[in-house]
Formats: sequence, structure tokens, C-alpha cells
Amino acid sequence: MSSGRRWLAVGLEVAVPLLALALWAVLSAGSETYYFPPLTEIFSTFADTWLFERVGSDVVPSLTRMGAGLAIAVLLGVGLGLALGLSPRARRATSPIVEFLRAIPPPALLPFAILVIGVGNSMKVFIIGLVCLFPILLNTIDGVIGVDPTLRETARVYGISRRDRLRNVVLPAATPQIFAGLRTSVSLALILMVISEMVASTNGIGYFVLESQRAFAIPEMWSGILLLGILGYALNGGFALIERRVLRWHRGARASALS
Amino acid sequence: MTALSRAAGGGSRAHLPDWLLPWLAVAAALALFDLAPRVGLLPREHFPPISESLAELVSQLGEGSFWTAVGKTLQGWILGLGIAALLGIPLGLLIGSNRLLYRALRGLIEFLRPIPSVALIPLAILIYGTGMQSKVFLAAFASFWQLIVASLYGVQDVDPVATDTARSFGFGPGQRLFRVTLPSAIPYIATGLRIASAVSLILCVTAELVIGSAGLGRSINLARSGGNEELMYALILATGVLGLLLNAIFVKAEKRVLHWHPSQRPLGAEA
Repeated sequence: MSSGRRWLAVGLEVAVPLLALALWAVLSAGSETYYFPPLTEIFSTFADTWLFERVGSDVVPSLTRMGAGLAIAVLLGVGLGLALGLSPRARRATSPIVEFLRAIPPPALLPFAILVIGVGNSMKVFIIGLVCLFPILLNTIDGVIGVDPTLRETARVYGISRRDRLRNVVLPAATPQIFAGLRTSVSLALILMVISEMVASTNGIGYFVLESQRAFAIPEMWSGILLLGILGYALNGGFALIERRVLRWHRGARASALS
Repeated sequence: MTALSRAAGGGSRAHLPDWLLPWLAVAAALALFDLAPRVGLLPREHFPPISESLAELVSQLGEGSFWTAVGKTLQGWILGLGIAALLGIPLGLLIGSNRLLYRALRGLIEFLRPIPSVALIPLAILIYGTGMQSKVFLAAFASFWQLIVASLYGVQDVDPVATDTARSFGFGPGQRLFRVTLPSAIPYIATGLRIASAVSLILCVTAELVIGSAGLGRSINLARSGGNEELMYALILATGVLGLLLNAIFVKAEKRVLHWHPSQRPLGAEA
């Protein structure tokens, strides 16, 4: 690519999203269509609603549910994944059960959670944790199986204790794979947070968006959709940053091995 | 591990062949969820013995309403996936094969893709109501991003030497597309389709649950609110079986279409 074309490419990369936004603003300006209010109105409603009036009442509860569910999924997923990854027989025994549970579309488990736990906070944490568990669990298992056998056996030959081998050899080697699972789980957690709040809740972003629609508060509804979009983007970007930081040694090791 | 448990483990290893393990585990899980409610370990009003739920599932197989719900869910699934494929795959191929177009749209795609599609549920209700259309819209929207990104990566992974070789042998753009680009991109598209299929099913069940469109998701929720726990568990199990079957179909189709591709060869065959 010539340098002129390269500059054009960079310019386009910045300009196109801005243009799309501008197009939305222009097309919706003075809009009479009830469902598509002007973008400026959505923005001003967004500022009124989310900066920072409903942060304490809706955003914080939503994020807390997500964080708690994810934390449980990581603890259980990595723990169980290490155990199953290290024991071929346990893996073989549990694989049909794990495969079946994983195949159930996650929202189908929501009525089960409501029945068993009720409609409170713990139900949301439970369903988020349960659904996010599987990507982490399966990826941890794969990561542990994929540990270089030479590495594992060398550590054993040197008489490193089982505990130290787990912490210093197996776990670090499996980390890239664990992060791949975690990435899926983060977006699943957001989805399950929204659904569980839509089905049974008295606060939270998902509840707010659906209630706004039911009350025909259309700009409010759009502002909530916008917030969820920003949240999805921010979680994705934030996760990529953390991943890059935690796996720096991994990328570095790979780059030096290639050169 | 203590010496005792190691000895016990060694002993059972001699008796239990590997192929028996999964069956034993399934049997143990079924026995647990059948006996625990009967002896009071699990509250019976929330956990009916699993045999009763399984019996309910079998009797549902003879019910017309059950198959109607399955049909409605499958209809939403295939329409959502189909629309997403018709739009996402050609767009992905087009964007992926033009460097400038890719750079121009990359930011937009990266911004729109992580938006949780369930956030659009209220909008779908407003525009399309609570029926099949809403469900299809949500399923198509969610699967679209899987497919556009998969085909985009697929095109970009095409070996440049292969493209250049084809070009220097005088292959036109159309021939290059069908003989070089598509065959290299198909493994990516196939994986994208398998994931998009799961996503489409998830969004259909979500729409049925949240919006109340007809289908398995709504039936599960109705069974719960109607206090028919056996039916609720039976329908959840049925939804899981549906998920397994759809996934199995895609895995099998992938094997068939991609039998020439290294990813489908048995491990160790290249040695």
C-alpha cells in the first residue's frame, strides 16, 4: 500500500464511524417517527438519566451482579478445569454431563433459577455464574491438556512438589486458553445480566430498558440501549487490555521463539 | 493423595474399563437427582424426581403442542440464521477482500459487534410486536456479527502466494473468488455458521422467554409459572437435546464439506 493510500485508510477508519453517527443525527433530526426520536434528544436523555442519576439505583446493581457471577464462574471453572484436565478418567466420566449442560441454551435455565432461588439478586448471580462457568471450564481443561509434556515431566523429574507444579507450571501454561474462555464468558455475563433483569427484577439496566419501552418512554429506552452498547464495547476493550497485560510474557515468548 | 486412596484408586482402575466411566457417571447423576428429592435431600417442590421429569418428556413426545413449540423455535432459528448468512457472508467476503473498505468499516464493526443483541429486545417489540418477526430479527442480528467477522477473517487468511499465482496464470476476479478465495475461507465460514447456529437458537429461546413469542422458551416459562415442575424440567431437557442435535448436524456437515482440509484430519495423520 502506498503512503497516500495508507493515510487514506487511516483517515477512513476515523471518519466512517463519525460519519455514521452524523448521518444518524441528520436523518433523525426533527424526526416525527415516534420510535426513532432525534439523536440529540437521545443524547440529552442519556445525560439526564445516566449522568449520574440512575447510576446508584440501576448501573451499580447490574454491574455487581455481573461481577459476582463472573467471579464465581472463574473460581469454579478454573478449579474444576484443573482437576478434570489433570485426570483423564474424571474427564471421561464427566464429559457427557458437561457436554449436555453446555448444549442447553442459557436462557432456558432462567425459569429453573427463578423456581429454585426466587427472583432476587442471588438468582441473577446464580444464572450468570452457571452460564459463564462452561466456557471457562472447557477452556481450562483444554489448556491443561495442552501443557507441553516435556515441561510437565521435567518439573516432575526435578522433584518439584505437586502443588508447586500446579501453580508454577500447569496454571501459567493454561492461562492463554483460560483467557480465551473468559472472553466468551464476559459477553455472556452481560447478556444474562440483561435477560435476567428483563424477566424478573425491580432495578438494573435491563429492567430500565424494558420498563421504558412498556411505558412508551422511547428516548429513555434508546438511552438505555446506548448505555448497554457502550458497556459491551467498554467491557470488550477493557478485557483486551487486561489480557494483553497478563499474557505479555506469552506474546513475548512467542515473538522471541519466532525471531 | 494418601496412600490409602491411591490404593483404592488403583484397585478400581483394574476393575472399571474406561468406556464404562461416562455411563456410570450419567447413571450416578440420574440416581442422585431421582433419590435426593425422594429422601428429602432436595426440596421436592423444586426438584421433582428426575424419573418423573423424564416420563413427562416421553409423554410430551406424543403431544401436538410440544411439537408446535419445537417447530416455532426451529422456524425462528432457521430464519434468523438464514437471513444472517445471506447478509453476513457476502458482506464479510466483500469487506475482507478490499483493504481500503476493510479499514474504513473496521472501526464501525468493532463498535457494533460487542453490543449485546438482547439490548434490542425493547426496540424489536416496538417495531415488530411480540410474534415471530421480533424473534427472527433478534436471532438474525446476533448471528450476523458472527458470520460477517468469520468470513472477513477467512478472506484475509487466504495465502497471498496462491492469489498471486492464480492472477499470473490469468485467472479473472470471478475465477479467483471461486477457486482460491472461497475454498480458503470456507473453514472459517463453517465454524462461523456453527457458532451462529447456536447464537440464533439462544436468541430465539430468549425472545420466547422475555417477549413471549410462541416456542420452547415460552413453554418452559409457562410451565414454571403454572407450577408444573416436571414439565418445566422436561422442556429444558428437550431444549438441551435440540441444542446438541443442531450442533451435531453442523459438525457432521463440516466434516463432510471440509474432508480435504487439515483441520478435519485425525490427529497424527500428518506424521
